[in-house]
Amino acid sequence: MSGYTAVTPEDLELMLAAIGVESIEQLFDGIPAGVRLDRPIDLPPGDPEQAVYAELHRLAARNTSTEDELCFLGAGMYDHYVPAIVDMLMSRSEYLTPYTPYQPEVSQGGLQVMFEYQTAISELTGLPVSNASLYEGPSAVGAAAYLAKLANGRRRLVVSRGVHPHSRETLDTLAVGYGMAVDEIALDGAATDLDALRAALGDDVGAVIIQQPNFLGAIEDVETLCAAAHEHGALVICSVDPLTLGVLEAPGAQGVDVCVGEGQTLGNRLDFGGPSFGFFAATEKHLRSMPGRIAGETTDADGRRGFVLTLQTREQHIRREKATSNICTSQALNALGGVVYLSWLGRRGIVELGELMLQRTHYARETLSALDGVSRLHDLPVVREFALRLDAPVDRVLERCAAAGVNAGYALGRSYDEYSDGLLVAITEQRSRADIDRFVEVLGNAVAAECALQDAGVTA
Amino acid sequence: MAEASYPEGLLYHPEHDWALVDGDIATFGITWFAQEALGEVVFFDPPEVGSSVTASEFYAEVESVKAVSDVIAPLSGEIVEVNVGLADTPEAINEEPYGGGWMVKVKLSDRSELEALLDRDAYVSGLS
Repeated sequence: MSGYTAVTPEDLELMLAAIGVESIEQLFDGIPAGVRLDRPIDLPPGDPEQAVYAELHRLAARNTSTEDELCFLGAGMYDHYVPAIVDMLMSRSEYLTPYTPYQPEVSQGGLQVMFEYQTAISELTGLPVSNASLYEGPSAVGAAAYLAKLANGRRRLVVSRGVHPHSRETLDTLAVGYGMAVDEIALDGAATDLDALRAALGDDVGAVIIQQPNFLGAIEDVETLCAAAHEHGALVICSVDPLTLGVLEAPGAQGVDVCVGEGQTLGNRLDFGGPSFGFFAATEKHLRSMPGRIAGETTDADGRRGFVLTLQTREQHIRREKATSNICTSQALNALGGVVYLSWLGRRGIVELGELMLQRTHYARETLSALDGVSRLHDLPVVREFALRLDAPVDRVLERCAAAGVNAGYALGRSYDEYSDGLLVAITEQRSRADIDRFVEVLGNAVAAECALQDAGVTA
Repeated sequence: MAEASYPEGLLYHPEHDWALVDGDIATFGITWFAQEALGEVVFFDPPEVGSSVTASEFYAEVESVKAVSDVIAPLSGEIVEVNVGLADTPEAINEEPYGGGWMVKVKLSDRSELEALLDRDAYVSGLS
């Protein structure tokens, strides 16, 4: 018994006697012997706190952050600058609980933030109804598929292979519980294959799921995909990178029924993978099928402006055992970061940021694909991320770049067998033109060195 | 309706539902007690006309700011009409539970079920 656990052997005896059990072991009798460990867990003896701290410090020092290296890794999360006002407001103690505030009489600040967040997401996506946030991007994709099930009761989902691999995996997992099958549509070049989509569509398809820009950075023809899906009465669920919406058409204006996505780029840092938040917006028709909660504006008894939780039609706290969603502790604090960031950026700022990303991304794409041994994986329009083909093994090139202090991007072969020579490169406003020039030099050297090794191997 | 009220002439189900029987057609709704317990009603999800209902089983959902609850059918039969006005004014369920807040009209399939329902006094005595 450790010194911090306030149970003495005498306490134990008393407690066991009170419930009529002779030993702690006896409490586990109901668990079959075959699945029980018949020895103590193999852990080293305890260390003094000071030694544990030193060990953890040593381990933490092995982490590399985007402030220590030149990072071109994206693939779903991106290294954007987070202004001080986001941290300042997120760390106010009034907001620190992520728990959804139910009571308007004590939660006006939190509810107003949710209302303003929803307004911002609606404006960005071009869809009239937004909820107060979900957990993250992939689970938002899964939640949207359930909305389709509620909307039309069909049994099949069709997902583009251009959708983020994590979202597709999440969808596959959740669809089992929904009693729905998931079919994947191949890419033609780097965009969703329209003919394959048309062939897969039918009266049993509840929703078509696409991503804009897709995982390879390519801009999809969302309008055409929507028209094809709607011909068969299927909903269109589109996962978007919200920061590209300053320069891309709003999904709602293109026919998308449900727009979801990962909110990390809006005022949340990479933080080694999270937490962040997911967003979820839809057409008015689906208002009552939305997961999560929706805050609304109202007036109090004296006619003053105020805010309340207006709708939570699928949630367990009002539906009990018949609930079909359980977003209790929504990511309200992370979503707060999102709305503060969007307010800081403003209507013009998000367009300017999009234009800046476009310019730098095109500069990077031009200069990198001009290198020997490097070519474009596709020629489709891109905003902030693009795919390259390397003539040398991608993993070894990545290692060489890392040794030179550059994180060159995401090896596409990790998720796509067909692109084992692919490298996905992301650009944000944090990467200057000089940074890109440095990257060109480092990648050029790495590819040249690996190509030289290959050639030597071939001739030897 | 601020004051508790349980009209004579209605038949009551102990799950706080009422039926007004006129020949082989009955109108269903929920009692003052039920709407008071629910609080402000914000949505009524009606069944489809033509669907059948079974006595003591749920046929619709009513959503208040506090909870979503099943509405229990006092009698069995087929839905012949639903109160479409509740889509825009669900608060009628609170304001006029026995008038504008009616929910459905049902063509009864088994009039012998009427005997199992309570009259006003029997229902009210069960409330205390």
